[in-house]
Amino acid sequence: MALAFDEFGRPFIILKEQEQKTRIRGLDAQKANIAAGKAVARILRTSLGPKGMDKMLQSPDGDVTITNDGATILEQMDVDNQIAKLMVELSRSQDYEIGDGTTGVVVLAGSLLEQAEKLLERGIHPIRIAEGYELASRIAVEHLEHIAQKFEFGPSNIEPLVQTCMTTLSSKIVNRCKRDMAEIAVKAVLAVADLERKDVNLDLIKVEGKVGGKLEDTELVYGIIVDKDMSHPQMPKRIEDAKIAILTCPFEPPKPKTKHKVDIDTVEKFQTLRQQEQKYFDDMVQKCKDVGATLVICQWGFDDEANHLLMHRNLPAVRWVGGVELELIAIATGGRIVPRFQELTPDKLGKAGLVREKSFGTTKDRMLYIEHCANSKAVTVFIRGGNKMMIEETKRSIHDALCVARNLIRNNSIVYGGGSAEIACSIAVEAAADRYPGVEQYAIRGFADALDSIPMALAENSGLQPIETLSAVKSEQIKENNPFCGIDCNDVGTNDMRKQYVFETLIGKQQQILLATQVVKMILKIDDVISPSEY
Amino acid sequence: MAVEKILKDDASEEKGERARMASFIGAMAIADLVKTTLGPKGMDKILQSTGRGQLVTVTNDGATILKSLHIDNPAAKVLVDISKVQDDEVGDGTTSVVVLAGELLREAEKLVNSKIHPMTIISGYRMAADAARNALLQKVVDNKEDAEKFRSDLMKIAMTTLSSKILSQDKEHFAQLAVDAVMRLKGSTNLEAIQIIKKPGGSLKDSFLDEGFILDKKIGIGQPKRIENAKILVANTAMDTDKVKIYGARVRVDSMSKVAEIEAAEKQKMREKVQKIIGHGINCFINRQLIYNFPEELFADAGILAIEHADFDGIERLALVTGGEIASTFDNPESVKLGHCKLIEEIMIGEDKLIHFSGCEMGQACTIVLRGASQHVLDEADRSLHDALCVLSQTVNDSRVLLGGGWPEMIMAKEVDELARKTPGKKSLAIEAFSKSLLAIPTIIADNAGLDSAELVAQLRAEHHREGCNAGIDVITGSVGDMAALGISESFKVKQAVLLSATEAAEMILRVDEIITCAPRRREDRM
Repeated sequence: MALAFDEFGRPFIILKEQEQKTRIRGLDAQKANIAAGKAVARILRTSLGPKGMDKMLQSPDGDVTITNDGATILEQMDVDNQIAKLMVELSRSQDYEIGDGTTGVVVLAGSLLEQAEKLLERGIHPIRIAEGYELASRIAVEHLEHIAQKFEFGPSNIEPLVQTCMTTLSSKIVNRCKRDMAEIAVKAVLAVADLERKDVNLDLIKVEGKVGGKLEDTELVYGIIVDKDMSHPQMPKRIEDAKIAILTCPFEPPKPKTKHKVDIDTVEKFQTLRQQEQKYFDDMVQKCKDVGATLVICQWGFDDEANHLLMHRNLPAVRWVGGVELELIAIATGGRIVPRFQELTPDKLGKAGLVREKSFGTTKDRMLYIEHCANSKAVTVFIRGGNKMMIEETKRSIHDALCVARNLIRNNSIVYGGGSAEIACSIAVEAAADRYPGVEQYAIRGFADALDSIPMALAENSGLQPIETLSAVKSEQIKENNPFCGIDCNDVGTNDMRKQYVFETLIGKQQQILLATQVVKMILKIDDVISPSEY
Repeated sequence: MAVEKILKDDASEEKGERARMASFIGAMAIADLVKTTLGPKGMDKILQSTGRGQLVTVTNDGATILKSLHIDNPAAKVLVDISKVQDDEVGDGTTSVVVLAGELLREAEKLVNSKIHPMTIISGYRMAADAARNALLQKVVDNKEDAEKFRSDLMKIAMTTLSSKILSQDKEHFAQLAVDAVMRLKGSTNLEAIQIIKKPGGSLKDSFLDEGFILDKKIGIGQPKRIENAKILVANTAMDTDKVKIYGARVRVDSMSKVAEIEAAEKQKMREKVQKIIGHGINCFINRQLIYNFPEELFADAGILAIEHADFDGIERLALVTGGEIASTFDNPESVKLGHCKLIEEIMIGEDKLIHFSGCEMGQACTIVLRGASQHVLDEADRSLHDALCVLSQTVNDSRVLLGGGWPEMIMAKEVDELARKTPGKKSLAIEAFSKSLLAIPTIIADNAGLDSAELVAQLRAEHHREGCNAGIDVITGSVGDMAALGISESFKVKQAVLLSATEAAEMILRVDEIITCAPRRREDRM
């Protein structure tokens, strides 16, 4: 550690407990950081593309996750290194913003770092590299817009959307029935989409999973599924034209918030209290009945007596329904959440065409379907699958597909996949590089090389000769001036991605390039790492 | 420069070949572990729990064995998981699914070693699984229309399932029991309605199905031991001191006499409640909660049989059997539906007194009383019977039936082999491997029975070359036999679930090329 000494040879203490901290500076710091970033990217590299492999992750508690989703892998990996954490953040922000392409963004950042390392060795200042990358990323994003195509679709023509979702799903374990899944995702998104405002509220789509059955049994329910059953075993299991009272108050005697005591000191008081209590229960049930409710959904529990009264008055009820589900039910059925019995009115009731209970398998598993709701703007994707891991992975895949469909509705520009967009950008950036005087030129070329690494990884994962394939596709793009040539991962026989129907969203791709560049710039700018030494 | 460490201290990371090796070996070890329990001559395992008392379980049930293992290998956990799901979903075939997945991985390992990409193997396996399923679909028999035949199908399935279990000696007896019980359910899969009571003593043969319902409770003292034409009120209500439920209520008095008054009022309240209950015109009262001495005495005075603390399942079943309604308030007797049964009496099984309800209105629920030499035998019998009941109840819903004894595997293998010959490219190798894995199941069944498996399976293959052949392994005589004639059947649903889950699990494990194990969570030091 570099230290300054005064004239008596005593060191100046600058940092608190300086001797206990490790510190790397200058080029060493940058190289260490780059190495860490690359290590993370290397882990994800093999997951890229339709032939990408999965990772098995064992959590601190011993649970096993098998996944192909970049964001999930990094999140579960529990990394320690600070730079690695930055990469995890990177993947997460892509997940939040776009929902798909979480693996690609990390791989791109990794290869940008790799190129930066080479440039650093040549003695180029990191800031100049960062600036060069910035310029290059701008060129690439513009070029993407240039090659992007508009995509026409409507509620009646969902085929383009389905195709795009299928591209996303083809890299996941569900690709056995990607067509069905893609259709489910697109229909779900269209059901809740606000086409005029071009916005989709994904909160309205609930993804629910239950172990058992097979993947093909996955279905889209236009309504809500609640993992609950009727509070009394003898209540009817099927209600048509239900009028639903959605309550957030328990069927129990009142519990004032302020501390209080009811003192009983005479027999009369005891008796009146008793009668009041009974009347109270009676009133509650009667109020629900009076407004015409045929189903009560309650966030809290019921007392046994209330339960029986409900049963007795032929008023089916569901108890202990979670807050989020309650909100969804309220949205779907057009009802209002009622916090007090006094406020129940007929117009606050939700309406649903059919409420039914369905049981699964040999165990006592029942779920409640609420269908044909008044406001069909809430849907549930109900996933079945062979085991828990499969379901979790399918949930993630469906989430990705939903996000892609949403992005398309927001912005219907697409670029072609299979690495074709990256190759096209790489060519454009390479061509632009020569126009820049100064050191940045090298950085811009480095950026172009880094873009090549994505199709390269795709080819590698698909078992093709990476360099050969890439150069062939690249020359084809330049020769035919056709930016739609990509890597033929599935061995279809053509490199033209238009014919293979491999699409990705424009904003997804742009976001990938921007985010990766930003993180790399940030990493490059660090020249001093001070960390507390280990004991 | 050394590679930066990015994971936490105790975490480990295995890549590529090593990762694949680790998961293959883990999965195969699990498959080999349960392999010997497969088939009618499969052996049992003793499991000793690590908990206090070191309870011993003797079992043949794959899911039970795997559930009790503590496994660290993540791939092995996947297999344990599919076995569990199989148990929940169809109830039987828990061993087969693990063995098949293990065999698929064993074959896959060979292919990977000969430089075939896992993704190619996966797509081959998928095609093969589809072909196999179609082959089964073509051969299924559906006898739903013909009640007589359907029943005999059910009998056959039950016997086949039971033949690999401890009950195999009395399989006919138990198959009869299981079929009777399931037929009473009339298509519902709610096995809760079938109650299994285990009482040590006697022999397995003494087990019986009771048409009525048996409740493992005693009749209160001084109450009638036998009631004919019982009117039953099933209730869930507090019969101790009926608390005031209004929050924060408490008794505060200033003199002893007041206490006595309130106590009297309380008693009065209880007395009124009991009066109301009696007012329903019943002669039997069953409560989920405790009945204290005082109300019990009142009931005894009124000549009413009061049974306390029947647990929740018991109450639900009783309500099912007697057709009554579970009541919690008693103000309007005219609208409460009462349960009815012909006779309630106390019976003795072994040394224990039980309450027996017979001649019930609705015959959905029933009770199977298992007798046996020891608790272990009973537990295993319970598990076996549960398997049989699960399979039967699923078959009632999906009545497609296949033959057993390795017949479906042979059919599938034949179809898959044909597909392999038609498919161009490397995939065909994977498809061929799939058919080999299917053949492993009859091989293991034969091996476990101590037969010459190579010879038998080869014979079977030859037999199956003819169309419409019913040949399978007859473990009893140790030769190839006609499964239709021997009456060995299996449910299509079980076979399909085995096939699909095993393929899915194998696919999942094959796709993995890296295992990252996080640092185990440190336990807090509890001093």
